[in-house]
Amino acid sequence: MSDQTTDRPMIRLVELTKTYPGRTAPAVDALSLDVPEGEIVVFVGPSGCGKTTTMKLINRLIEPTSGRILLDGEDVTHVDPDRLRRGIGYAIQQTGLFPHRTVAENIATVPKLLGWDRTRVAERVDALLHMVGLAPEEYRDLHPRQLSGGQQQRVGVARALAADPPVLLMDEPFGAIDPLTRETLQNELLRIQREIRKTIVFVTHDIDEAVKMGDRIAIFAEGGRVVQYDTPERILSEPADDFVSDFIGAGASVRRLSLTRIGDATVAEDWPTLPFSADASERAAAVAAGDHDFLLLLDDGLPVEWLPSSGGGGLPVLAPVGPDHTLYDALDTMLSNNSDVVVVTDAQGRYRGTLDLPTIQDLIHVDDAAGVPTRVSRSTSRRSGEPR
Amino acid sequence: MTGFLDYTSGNVDALLQATLEHTVLVLQGLGLAVLIGLPLAALTYRARSRTAVLAVAGVFLTIPSYALFGLLITPLGLGTAPSVVALTLYAFLPVLRNAIVGLREIDPAVVESARGMGLSRLQVLLRVELPLALPVIITGLRVAAQMLLGIAAIAAAVNGPGLGNLILQGLSSAGTPFAVYLTLQGVLGIIVLAILFDLLFAALNRLTTSRGMIHV
Repeated sequence: MSDQTTDRPMIRLVELTKTYPGRTAPAVDALSLDVPEGEIVVFVGPSGCGKTTTMKLINRLIEPTSGRILLDGEDVTHVDPDRLRRGIGYAIQQTGLFPHRTVAENIATVPKLLGWDRTRVAERVDALLHMVGLAPEEYRDLHPRQLSGGQQQRVGVARALAADPPVLLMDEPFGAIDPLTRETLQNELLRIQREIRKTIVFVTHDIDEAVKMGDRIAIFAEGGRVVQYDTPERILSEPADDFVSDFIGAGASVRRLSLTRIGDATVAEDWPTLPFSADASERAAAVAAGDHDFLLLLDDGLPVEWLPSSGGGGLPVLAPVGPDHTLYDALDTMLSNNSDVVVVTDAQGRYRGTLDLPTIQDLIHVDDAAGVPTRVSRSTSRRSGEPR
Repeated sequence: MTGFLDYTSGNVDALLQATLEHTVLVLQGLGLAVLIGLPLAALTYRARSRTAVLAVAGVFLTIPSYALFGLLITPLGLGTAPSVVALTLYAFLPVLRNAIVGLREIDPAVVESARGMGLSRLQVLLRVELPLALPVIITGLRVAAQMLLGIAAIAAAVNGPGLGNLILQGLSSAGTPFAVYLTLQGVLGIIVLAILFDLLFAALNRLTTSRGMIHV
């Protein structure tokens, strides 16, 4: 039993139990857990471990057998469930968009229930479409079946956020989406979350997704027990027991690289660079001065070409990594480009520095030795508020 | 042929009157079946009791129409009342069954997300489930209407209104030339009504189906 309390929980579950009629074993067993305000808490675990049940206990789509649910300090175990749910955003894997309603009408559902006036609803719909990356004038009047899976899920998220609820429940929201789109949506949800700072409970069975999305992760085991509730760093570096280790699987140290965004990492800034406009003699002088095999040519701050010191034509800079990429992406780029260095840019694509293979190896090992997260905490990176 | 047309021009008022009565009779039976059937479907479509309800509705359909009209004379007397009730009973199965099927076919995720957003049971039913089930429900009405148009001719046997009276008159004057003309008028009137009803329901279906639900 993992009992974790924080100063100001937005959601507090107290000894929450759900036993379905006709079953002896509870689906969720005396679960106590706090979800701090403004954080993403991921419920992760194998199928049938009670993570979705636990989430549905929070908005009482499933009524608990015993125990209490506190929302922002208020006991909501017995309040009117419909009113409770209007204050909690809800997004699910199959989106559940209303097929007979337009995108705008779908998003307007809860605001209309709450009696907002038309202008306010229309403004809110457009703002939300904009936020989830869909041009309002283009998508407002379409029906769900005219959208791709990824677009439907964006509308689903917009609909869940419509009435600006402090709490958002998301049940495998990106589970049925192709890996490429899923990654885009994950990044966008993190970007949106940096702006709106909601308290989010996110259910998934994918540990990689959990590590990427979660400020904290609750690992569920059979019978609705939470075996570890901790930050992703600590879960990866100090799994509580064999079940957690098995669930994380192999490659925890590599996976931990995905916790550090390059925007938060220190990069080497001593690689020799040269303006693209430099003429042949300037290039020759620079090659002679340095001991690197390649010089980096910058065009107005943007990395464009590697210039080999051995002479010959330049090579294009392939796939530089930006601040929102992780160290894992940097390693992946190096391996797939068969290179031991990768160019790092800022959000505008300007040259910031370089990362090389030995640096990343050191980071993995420093981590292992100290058991200390290298990641600059999410809350800090949020406050720095990079736009994308 | 000319004989039939001459005859018809002579009794066109009676023919139109009977056709109008026939239409009203069918609409009454259908309307009553909807008024009882839709709420019953909404109450039972998730429950196990729906099987029992459908079985009872199925039994009505197996009673021979002559017998059912006749049986209703005892409690309801002669005329319009037993006719409307009999038609209601016949329309019951297609109306009820299509409503239940339509409601059950809805993607559970749509209902779950509606509940999750805080729509009450009634709001989910009225704003989400019924609109989504409407095409299937209207198909049920269409089938029921076609069936009732034919069965309603029996109403004449219990002194009810409608085109059945022309057919009955034809039968009672068998042997005379008018017999065929009268029967033909009744039959043709019903066929024309059937075509009109079908067009009406097709239009209704198009009007009430959201653009988002038409599968291209």
